[in-house]
Amino acid sequence: MKLEVRDLGVSYGATPVVRDLNFTLDGDDILMLVGPTGCGKTTILQAVAGLVPIECGQIQLGDRRIGAADHVPPEKRHIGMVFQDFALFPHLSVAQNIGFRLSNQAPVNHWLNRLGLEPLREARPERLSGGQKQRVALARALAHEPSLMLLDEPLSSLDASLKDVVRWEIRDALKEAGVPAIWVTHDQAEALSVGDQVGVLNAGRLQQVAPPEHCFGRPANRFVAGFLGEASFVPGQFGGGVAKTALGSAPAMMADSDVATEVDLLVRPDDLELTQASASQGQGEISWSRYEGGTRLYRVALDEGGSVRVRVNHEQSLPPGQRVVLRINATEPLTAFPRA
Amino acid sequence: MRVRWPPPSYPLAGLIALVAVLPVVVLVTLVGDAPDPFSPYNLKVLLNTVVLMALTVLGSVLIGVPLALLTAYVEVPWRRVWLVALAAPLALPSYIGAFTFYAAFGPGGEIETLTGLSTPSLDGMFGAALVMALYTYPFVLLTTRASLCSLDASQVNAARTLGLSLPMSLWRVVLPRVRNGIAAGALLAAMYALSDFGTPAIMRLDTFTRVIFVEYNAFGLSQAAMLSLQLLSIVGLVLYLESRVKTPHELPGRSLSIWPSRRQSVALFAAVAPIVLLAIALPLAVFGIWLWRDGAEGFELAYAWNSAYAALLAALVAVVLAVPVAHAAMSGRAGRLMERLTYLGFGVPGIVMGTALVYLGLKLPLLYQTLALLVLAYVLRFLPLAVGAVRSTSERIDPKLVNAARTLGASRGEAFRRITLPLTLRGIVAGGALVFLEVMRELPATLLLGPTGYETLATYLWRVYEAGYFGRAAVPGLLLILISALGLVLMLSGEARGGRSVLEDNRR
Repeated sequence: MKLEVRDLGVSYGATPVVRDLNFTLDGDDILMLVGPTGCGKTTILQAVAGLVPIECGQIQLGDRRIGAADHVPPEKRHIGMVFQDFALFPHLSVAQNIGFRLSNQAPVNHWLNRLGLEPLREARPERLSGGQKQRVALARALAHEPSLMLLDEPLSSLDASLKDVVRWEIRDALKEAGVPAIWVTHDQAEALSVGDQVGVLNAGRLQQVAPPEHCFGRPANRFVAGFLGEASFVPGQFGGGVAKTALGSAPAMMADSDVATEVDLLVRPDDLELTQASASQGQGEISWSRYEGGTRLYRVALDEGGSVRVRVNHEQSLPPGQRVVLRINATEPLTAFPRA
Repeated sequence: MRVRWPPPSYPLAGLIALVAVLPVVVLVTLVGDAPDPFSPYNLKVLLNTVVLMALTVLGSVLIGVPLALLTAYVEVPWRRVWLVALAAPLALPSYIGAFTFYAAFGPGGEIETLTGLSTPSLDGMFGAALVMALYTYPFVLLTTRASLCSLDASQVNAARTLGLSLPMSLWRVVLPRVRNGIAAGALLAAMYALSDFGTPAIMRLDTFTRVIFVEYNAFGLSQAAMLSLQLLSIVGLVLYLESRVKTPHELPGRSLSIWPSRRQSVALFAAVAPIVLLAIALPLAVFGIWLWRDGAEGFELAYAWNSAYAALLAALVAVVLAVPVAHAAMSGRAGRLMERLTYLGFGVPGIVMGTALVYLGLKLPLLYQTLALLVLAYVLRFLPLAVGAVRSTSERIDPKLVNAARTLGASRGEAFRRITLPLTLRGIVAGGALVFLEVMRELPATLLLGPTGYETLATYLWRVYEAGYFGRAAVPGLLLILISALGLVLMLSGEARGGRSVLEDNRR
């Protein structure tokens, strides 16, 4: 089923929580909604599910149109939802939770088997581990054959070691069910790896919706650039598809078809090359270094002001205070923003 | 989800709240032609009541606070057993204690008959205050212990490293921080002393509750109503003070542990045992002696059946009414007010409730001398127990469960029926059981409102006392103790489920 959200706005009392929200979701695409705490992610899910009233705009679900005046109760929307702490019914067994209100047991058995829950059929939710609860919640939503799935931070109450496994389990299950899904998270790595589309939210407004590579490589603004990964900004001049900076020249594109010659160039830690320099040479000095296992991250204070972060092979170990030469080594065009 | 106003439970909850206010309204209209409220006799009654209250508070704090320190901090073997035994007097109606103390002490009392030791007789102010303190100190014990357990041990340890002895550290560092916990328990004890009928009546001390009963028997309804209102205003004052006492929440930490030597443990046991012996063992022994001497003479099973029947009716009605009130209380401000109003009955002493409803019965002959009126009195008095139980379980239900049910296709009504109701059932049953057990032991309202010839365990005990055939109290007395024990078990299991238990043994 196709989901189209047009100019959606939601308020709690007089406080606007979500403003001017627009996006479309179709096929079996997974849209990752990502943003800092309190940016309105969960509210969007609740509005689509019909659990909070919308203030303006409309939600088109297949051929059903929902506006502020024509509310459709949640039970009539055929939307599956996986809640943050799973909301399993404590007085029902695993099978009864999944088969809640279903007369046909076939999908219940299918998802019990598919997610490896068969041995836990008769168990009560209180006896399950976090990962098991997560699977039951997913099975419950999918067994009802929804035409759209909503997942509210489905991994947030799991141990770090489980997160990575469960992430792919959920994605596979959603793809098998073949329904579009909105998946809310505050973890940018999760958003970039699992999603077909990534939507970045800040303060109730959607900043950008695009495939993950696009959001990361061509962020629409500085907030998106900084939220999705380590970002440093290096001042420079832009013209003819090339940006010139103190760290060298590089192919570049303006973000959002802006026009400017004085720009800040977005440089990720692995777009830079770092070599040791003698005392009077180089463009800056190391202020700290962090060992990360396979790699090492440096912060370099630039002589002309500001700083950049550089990621290098772990074999190269330099002390703070060491002078260094920096060089941009990107082959893909970098993104430039008009100088603030 | 459209916000519906008013919430569906408001009309019914509002009606229940109106009925709950009725007794007070009745008293106010009744008092119109009462004689001088400040006659010397009335002032004496007022003085007696206030002195009894003050002595009860003093006694309960003097017993309760040391016991709270003991049960909270001292690592003695069988800690939980100690705690339950020390809290047990709370479950016993004090008239049981008053009756047996009255019968045991003094010339010709059971102690003298049995051992030949002569003891001073126990009645009047001293007897009443002693009994009251013995049966109300658990309030102070429990509230103080809860505060003590929430304190972190580090301050006491710091005080001791700074050179203060352990008793001085407790006095100067710990007690000032649990002042509010002590005050909360002391006010509960004060409430109990104000509204209890049995103890002053048996000890022949003229407090408001006893005099109201006497006036009622002399057909002085408007006099009884005036005394009732005077009593209610003191109760209101205590309730107001209670609402002002805030229990500050400190960040929970590891609480203090004191490890006594074996000799110290024995000494502590020797110091604490007399309290349990007096409050629990003495009544059991006295009733046991009577049972052995007089058997079950004069007792009819119908009394127990009458108690149980009325209690069952009251419990059912209370539970059915509690659901909308609890729902309303969670739906909004107006609903919370309605809930507060139903709590009024809890503050109205049983004898006052009885007086008000007797008058109502006289005005509405349909109700006069019926079981229905008695059940109404029980429900008004004990509804808060049911509301509290239902509300606390419903509040613990995650609202997301209802949301989940609705995204799975259940309508609002179906979600309530299949999710909320089954999850609340425990609270509903627990609330009903609490009401049942309280009604089984209720004395004053039953005395006033029971239809002619309708005898319950508690009223039979009262008649036996009035007639002086003490031996016949054995069976009803022991049954009442058994019922109280069941109540205690229920309370403890409720605490254990609640998770934030005051009785919970916090072993680590």
